[in-house]
Amino acid sequence: MSGGLLLAQGEPIIPDFGEGSDCVVENRFFCPDWVRDNWAGVIQPALLQHVKLVVIAVAIGFVLSFAAALVAHRYRLVEAPFTAFSAVVYTIPSLALFQLLVPVTGLTVTTVEIALVGYTLLILFRNTLEGLRSVPPDVLEAARGMGYTRGQTLWRVELPLAVPAMFAGLRVAVVSTIALATVAALVIPYGLGYPIFLALREAFKTEIVVAGGLAVLMALVADALLVAAQRALTPWASARRLA
Amino acid sequence: MSWLLAADLGVFADALRFVADERTLILEKTWEHLKLSGAAIAIAIVLALPLGAWLGHLHRGSFVAINLANVGRALPSLAVIAIGLAFLGIGFANVALALVVLAVPPILTNAYVAVDEVEPDAVEAARGMGMTRRQILWRVELPMALPLIFAGIRTAVVFVVATATIAAVAGGGGLGDIIVNRAAYGLEGVVGAAICVSVLALAADFLLGLVQRLLTPPGLRADVHALEPDVTTGVTRL
Amino acid sequence: MSGAAAEIVFDRVTKRYPGRAEAAVSDLSLTVPAGEICCLVGPSGAGKTTAMKLVNRLIDFEEGDITIGGESVRSLDLTELRRGIGYVIQQVGLFPHMTVAENISTVPRLRGWEKGRTRLRVDELLDLVDLPAEDYRARFPSQLSGGERQRVGLARALAADPPAMLMDEPFGALDPITRARLQHELLRIQGAVRKTIIFVTHDIDEAILLADRIAILREGGVLAQYDTPARILEHPADDFVERFIGSDRGIKLLSLRRLDELELAPLDGAIDLRASGDTTMRDALSQMITHGSRSLVVVDSEGQPRGVVTLDALAALAE
Repeated sequence: MSGGLLLAQGEPIIPDFGEGSDCVVENRFFCPDWVRDNWAGVIQPALLQHVKLVVIAVAIGFVLSFAAALVAHRYRLVEAPFTAFSAVVYTIPSLALFQLLVPVTGLTVTTVEIALVGYTLLILFRNTLEGLRSVPPDVLEAARGMGYTRGQTLWRVELPLAVPAMFAGLRVAVVSTIALATVAALVIPYGLGYPIFLALREAFKTEIVVAGGLAVLMALVADALLVAAQRALTPWASARRLA
Repeated sequence: MSWLLAADLGVFADALRFVADERTLILEKTWEHLKLSGAAIAIAIVLALPLGAWLGHLHRGSFVAINLANVGRALPSLAVIAIGLAFLGIGFANVALALVVLAVPPILTNAYVAVDEVEPDAVEAARGMGMTRRQILWRVELPMALPLIFAGIRTAVVFVVATATIAAVAGGGGLGDIIVNRAAYGLEGVVGAAICVSVLALAADFLLGLVQRLLTPPGLRADVHALEPDVTTGVTRL
Repeated sequence: MSGAAAEIVFDRVTKRYPGRAEAAVSDLSLTVPAGEICCLVGPSGAGKTTAMKLVNRLIDFEEGDITIGGESVRSLDLTELRRGIGYVIQQVGLFPHMTVAENISTVPRLRGWEKGRTRLRVDELLDLVDLPAEDYRARFPSQLSGGERQRVGLARALAADPPAMLMDEPFGALDPITRARLQHELLRIQGAVRKTIIFVTHDIDEAILLADRIAILREGGVLAQYDTPARILEHPADDFVERFIGSDRGIKLLSLRRLDELELAPLDGAIDLRASGDTTMRDALSQMITHGSRSLVVVDSEGQPRGVVTLDALAALAE
């Protein structure tokens, strides 16, 4: 999979949609029959691959950022270097980062995952750390005064209170990663980006709309699931405030 | 870990040599890249900034203004570019349009939030001293909101510089032309252009961070992470 | 440490912060008898909060010693020490992610009490601080008013039945009406539980109302006077104390005494103004002034007149 497949500038576009309905041949906005015929063969596998890409990347990114945030919460010195590193990674354009990793990890899923993990670090790290630090001083003093050990304060007070901030970070990370993972298709034939990429060559509207639409839908569903999970985990945050 | 053994790190040296040897090509593509990004950003600012600031001033439309950033984050840029290409056709103007669509949300949302969240006490005091609505907007709200407004522009710039790379697949030109064409330029060309575009993005982010810091009134400087990318409005990078 | 109240003794305690010339607490010695409320008062910078926090070693000290029930606070394990002392602060510090019941049972759970016992204790304490358990158990702190939060804070501090309590301006952030109500609630609760309480406040009236003994500290954490409220008002040790308790100390003194203590004059003619024998002399004085009367009839619990008290008699006592 390389640039050779791509459309070079100025090359004439010769639509070739093969056998198909009038809708497909005329390349209308959306052809349900094409989706029906290609769901099992093209769309569904790409969707599952996409979910896998995102879940693995966010899971690894979360574990790394969480550990780094715990360390930085204890040792402030760690914060600046980790933030600087993840900010640089975050700023590198994804297509460039994929290509920079290719000489090291090849044209593999690993390459894509490393880059996707890299993009989650900044938001997850910063939100977790800010969550841990957001605990009001009087609450910490009460915990200390009642004889909570440092570990008990962390696990029973600081971490539970950091959950809303962590979820806010997770929501951004998950939604961004879903969108970002489509670019992986420019490196390997994997995920929802691949059907878009193939359709791009022929400007085949239905496939672009379906795959792109599924990526947006996936982001919305994931976001809604995370909101529901957060509500369930932090009943105190949504409890009715006293006027 | 077999891939580590197979890793061909010499490519990075070749890539730097490629950049040095082909500097005319690189400069030409960088210029295209900047033109494309600049055009998209300029249009997005003209469209989004006044609207966002005005809505913020009125404290209206928060639902739309804030959720626009969330929707923007969920839009895969590849799909936006692909749709632009499929419906509008190939070329600079159409790619620039797709980039505008992606740059508007962070600018609009930040402008809205920046003006909306200007300390009510300061506005109240200004009203108490007899400032007109227009004076309040220009002398109190906008100066105080400027750092955050600029943070949104900075986010959008870095985002657009990154996304313009992908625009190459739709004939947008720029450094992406080299990155997506391994057949013509080889791995060293691809990696060399990837390095260039990374440097471009980092430099843009850094310079805009400096400007953002200068724009921040000294009294507010302590609480602004001016030199870090803004993740609150969220960026989907390409 | 739990159960019966314990005597708290400060023995020549000095606390210096590094890099500061003046000590925060200087050579402080005082004994708080078991079951009494000791109020630490003084201007800001007098080290009253510091002195209190030395007891549960939220602030550590090197010179001198503090004992609770005869045991040095420095010989005890830090977490055990703190779990054995109730702690109440001005901002309450309730855990926002825990319900009222979970907040109150914090220390019992740390100590591994079994669930049934903890639940009974929570209900008992909610009852003690006058919050109906049925209604309040499952609420979160965000669903409580300021006064309710401090009641829960008090219940939380009492949960494991500690022999001693530390209270750092617990009512300082409340409105005057809620504060007055909670002050009287505290006295009622103290009547039932009899803890040894060290109570920090900057409000001398609060100290006079609550304290069995008041320790007045001056800048640099020097003890200016330690005595009962009445004796401090009657015999301030020096100019500093006199200024601190205010020029109206005579009237403050009247707030400590009740009409029952007075020799009453015989009934004489028709007087409209009436008050029961447990009214403070200060309140009686206030009533007379408000109604423009120079005397007042003291009645017994049946409402039968017992005698008359005059404005002049009260004024003489306040001098």
